[in-house]
Amino acid sequence: MIKKFDKKDEESGSGSNPFQHLEKSAVLQEARIFNETPINPRRCLHILTKIIYLLNQGEHFGTTEATEAFFAMTRLFQSNDQTLRRMCYLTIKEMANISEDVIIVTSSLTKDMTGKEDVYRGPAIRALCRITDTTMLQAIERYMKQAIVDKVPSVSSSALVSSLHMVKMSYDVVKRWVNEAQEAASSDNIMVQYHALGLLYHLRKNDRLAVSKMLNKFTKSGLKSPFAYCMLIRIASRLLEETEGGHDSPLFDFIESCLRNKHEMVVYEAASAIVHMPNCTARELAPAVSVLQLFCSSPKAALRYAAVRTLNKVAMKHPSAVTACNLDLENLITDSNRSIATLAITTLLKTGSESSVDRLMKQISSFVSEISDEFKVVVVQAISALCQKYPRKHSVMMNFLSNMLRDDGGFEYKRAIVDCIIGIIEENPESKETGLAHLCEFIEDCEHTVLATKILHLLGREGPRTPSPSKYIRFIFNRVVLESEAVRAAAVSALAKFGAQNDDLLPSVLVLMQRCMMDSDDEVRDRATFYMNVLQQKQKALNAAYIFNGLSVSIPGLEKSLHQYTLEPSEKPFDMKTVPLATTPITEQKTEMAPVASSKLPEKLAPSRQDIYQEQLAAIPEFQGLGPLFKSSEPVQLTEAETEYVVRCIKHTFANHMVFQFDCTNTLNDQLLQKVVVQMEPSEAYEVVQYVPAASLPYSQPGSCYCLVRLPEDDPTAVSCTFSCTMKYLVRDCDPNTGEPDDDGYDDEYVLEDLEVTVADHIQKVLKPNFAAAWEEVGDEFEKEETFALSSVRTLDEAVGNIISFLGMQPCERSDKVPENKNSHVLFLAGVFRGGHDVLVRSRLALADGVTMQVTVRSGEETVVDVILASVG
Amino acid sequence: MDFMALEPSLYTVKAVLILDNDGNRLLSKYYDPQLYPSIKEQRNFEKNVFNKSHKADNEIAFLEGMTIVYKSSIDVFFYVVGSTQENELMLMMVLNCLFESLSQILRKNVEKRFLLDNMDGVFLVVDEIIDGGVILESDPQQVVQKVNYRPVSEQAYGFVLFDYITGNVEGQGDRSLRGAL
Repeated sequence: MIKKFDKKDEESGSGSNPFQHLEKSAVLQEARIFNETPINPRRCLHILTKIIYLLNQGEHFGTTEATEAFFAMTRLFQSNDQTLRRMCYLTIKEMANISEDVIIVTSSLTKDMTGKEDVYRGPAIRALCRITDTTMLQAIERYMKQAIVDKVPSVSSSALVSSLHMVKMSYDVVKRWVNEAQEAASSDNIMVQYHALGLLYHLRKNDRLAVSKMLNKFTKSGLKSPFAYCMLIRIASRLLEETEGGHDSPLFDFIESCLRNKHEMVVYEAASAIVHMPNCTARELAPAVSVLQLFCSSPKAALRYAAVRTLNKVAMKHPSAVTACNLDLENLITDSNRSIATLAITTLLKTGSESSVDRLMKQISSFVSEISDEFKVVVVQAISALCQKYPRKHSVMMNFLSNMLRDDGGFEYKRAIVDCIIGIIEENPESKETGLAHLCEFIEDCEHTVLATKILHLLGREGPRTPSPSKYIRFIFNRVVLESEAVRAAAVSALAKFGAQNDDLLPSVLVLMQRCMMDSDDEVRDRATFYMNVLQQKQKALNAAYIFNGLSVSIPGLEKSLHQYTLEPSEKPFDMKTVPLATTPITEQKTEMAPVASSKLPEKLAPSRQDIYQEQLAAIPEFQGLGPLFKSSEPVQLTEAETEYVVRCIKHTFANHMVFQFDCTNTLNDQLLQKVVVQMEPSEAYEVVQYVPAASLPYSQPGSCYCLVRLPEDDPTAVSCTFSCTMKYLVRDCDPNTGEPDDDGYDDEYVLEDLEVTVADHIQKVLKPNFAAAWEEVGDEFEKEETFALSSVRTLDEAVGNIISFLGMQPCERSDKVPENKNSHVLFLAGVFRGGHDVLVRSRLALADGVTMQVTVRSGEETVVDVILASVG
Repeated sequence: MDFMALEPSLYTVKAVLILDNDGNRLLSKYYDPQLYPSIKEQRNFEKNVFNKSHKADNEIAFLEGMTIVYKSSIDVFFYVVGSTQENELMLMMVLNCLFESLSQILRKNVEKRFLLDNMDGVFLVVDEIIDGGVILESDPQQVVQKVNYRPVSEQAYGFVLFDYITGNVEGQGDRSLRGAL
């Protein structure tokens, strides 16, 4: 890179670089003059500089050549030229990992570090520690201890910092220097103080008591160094977080007092620490917010940036706390630093009123092309939050987003926009058509396969239900012609959905399918052939089952079942009903996304929670032969949080049995529990078949015991039951310190709370993306309808929530969201009943003096319908 | 990630860069071994940083998940890089200290030519300010005093005379060549 002839530089004439055309071999050749006597310090200095420059440019030095140069360099210690000596130290540090036998300079460095020349001592210590390993460290330990408490600040600082670097390598040795570090911490020099504090914390950070003592001491004595104050604030807030100390603790007072420090750096650190504390009240935030507000008008860009960035974070959790700063933020939206302007605008978008949205959006679009991708993502996130807050503003947003979508940008940025548009479409039915149109335009020229397939999937789901579905066909078919395999396959699936739902489009879709069957890729051809044949049948039920709603089984489960089937081939065909169902992800928790592209980690297809349970249960011999696991419930607490024993229960449902898994934790450190069993007394005709005890339950190590129960066969409608539970066990007292148990034990028992089994435990949630098609598919053979009055319920939202949690079924078509200001609503629920029977529930709700509910249930099995209606009643 | 509090530590600075007005590296120090371990990644990062910063003197930017404070002088750009959770003002202190110290040893001539002529001094200054990512010194006066460096350009004529008297012809040639440029 250096060797390259730089034309531009040559032409400009100015700024010539004396290092421009350096050749490593020539420089190493020159390094031979290190061996000449007398030493010419100035020339040697120049050559050393060249070597360091080359190393810094990333030039590769072979071990032999590096070692040769290094050994030649050692001769330069004979010279007394200060700068030359200092450059030797630098060379040693730079070459420590490249050259061999660097330890030969140990004695020279030790001499310099203990010598009379103070200028040499600090740098010599740092160079020495760089080449020292654990075994060598013992030899210089005495010098290090002396250096730490040396009265020359640079020596002490160098020793402290080098010790810190060496903690990773030789913790045990450095630990012995705690007393010296303690002494250094009371030094008058601000840097020594800071370094000593850093080292002390690093050595003690695992000992909470020691850290808290240290904090106590330094917060009282007061430090001079602003750096040390920042460090103390960080330690204090970390300790507060770990101990979950209340905000009335002296640590919090200390942090708050730092808001009045004379150094801006400390004030900002304190404000930032308070803002980042979990569960901070508005009153506690107020002083921090007001200092940040002051910083907003600082002439220093870094300070304005820091302030507005922190306010932006506050606005995510406590928008009202930031409203006071709106005026100051307004002044920043024209800041010449675009990062500051962007942060100010996104903060205002969170705190401002609906009326200011248009103005802010206009402002931001004037410079959106100037800011970095990271900030664009921040902007998009702010918009997406805004859309949820002010749904009526969607047209402004949509316009803005589509403009952004047309601009250049990386994958993360585009993905954020696409996600945001999809979010808006799902929230606002009115925006659906414009949103889809923008997305169609985007996939016409989209280099990201993931986004293209995602959009195609969305088009397939939403497109057929728009007033004019035919206009999407062109966009989709273009993909089949132009794109990669994955996109083509997705496009074929989307096309099929149009054909299945719109009869007038079916002939054209079939023609297009025919073309796709000639595709060069297997997957695309297979899909086209499959859909072609299904579509030609023109049967609603087939369409629903194979085109709209797809498989609802868990993929890892299917893989396992098929593998099992191939191992033990049988006469019977493979039965899909034996495959465990996919648990619908409990609404993806919207993680508060940091503006950082943190999603660099590849998203692995993690086995679901249920697959893990399936595996665990299958490993227990008693539970073999129960068939596939149908459903696992969320854990139910059977004890209060702060009791001697903590027990929670997970209900696993199988085709004809239930297994109750009790996760028990013993919180008494002087007891060892053995043979732990939870005895269950059912209220109905449930029969307890077997107990599987937990062999031993030492202090604070959770263990599981199980209970197997057979479901009543003669009365399939008996779906709910109450069990009274008692934990029985053998107690052996033990030494709290060693955990050594006594020889004898005694039996004891502990009464737990009752456990309820409800209808929800028998139904697995299944998402039907197209509820109407599924409704038709099941048919009205076993349809039943009944009307109920829910007198205690006051709002539709509450009623919907209650029904969903009671039946444990999956709301479809986003019908779990009740539009505002309506007094009637239809809720669609889908699920699979134990045994593999599809169940669909349509529930019409009307609000008037309580809620009236008309429930219609369809299923392939009559008893299932009865069970549901009976349990609702 | 952004919400996680920073582990209290002295390791503040992730990298220090000095680039010229074409974005070429004059000096770069990466203190976090996990951050851009290969020279190729480093060059990429430097290119990216330069492209984002050379047009406007904005002092601070957020890039590739890091906070970057910067400053330029004639045809040189100085950067200090830290984690996003890092106190921006601390990074700013480091940047100011670096700039002030160099400005002093170069007698206010902070430009590429003088910087390169005194590269040894530049290396020593950086070494005195940051050690392995820890801020060693933040006061420019202290740094200049510790480095105790005499710049080349200022006393060039004195040296030429000295070289002439002592008959160091090569050193003389070196100087006059520099003077011509």
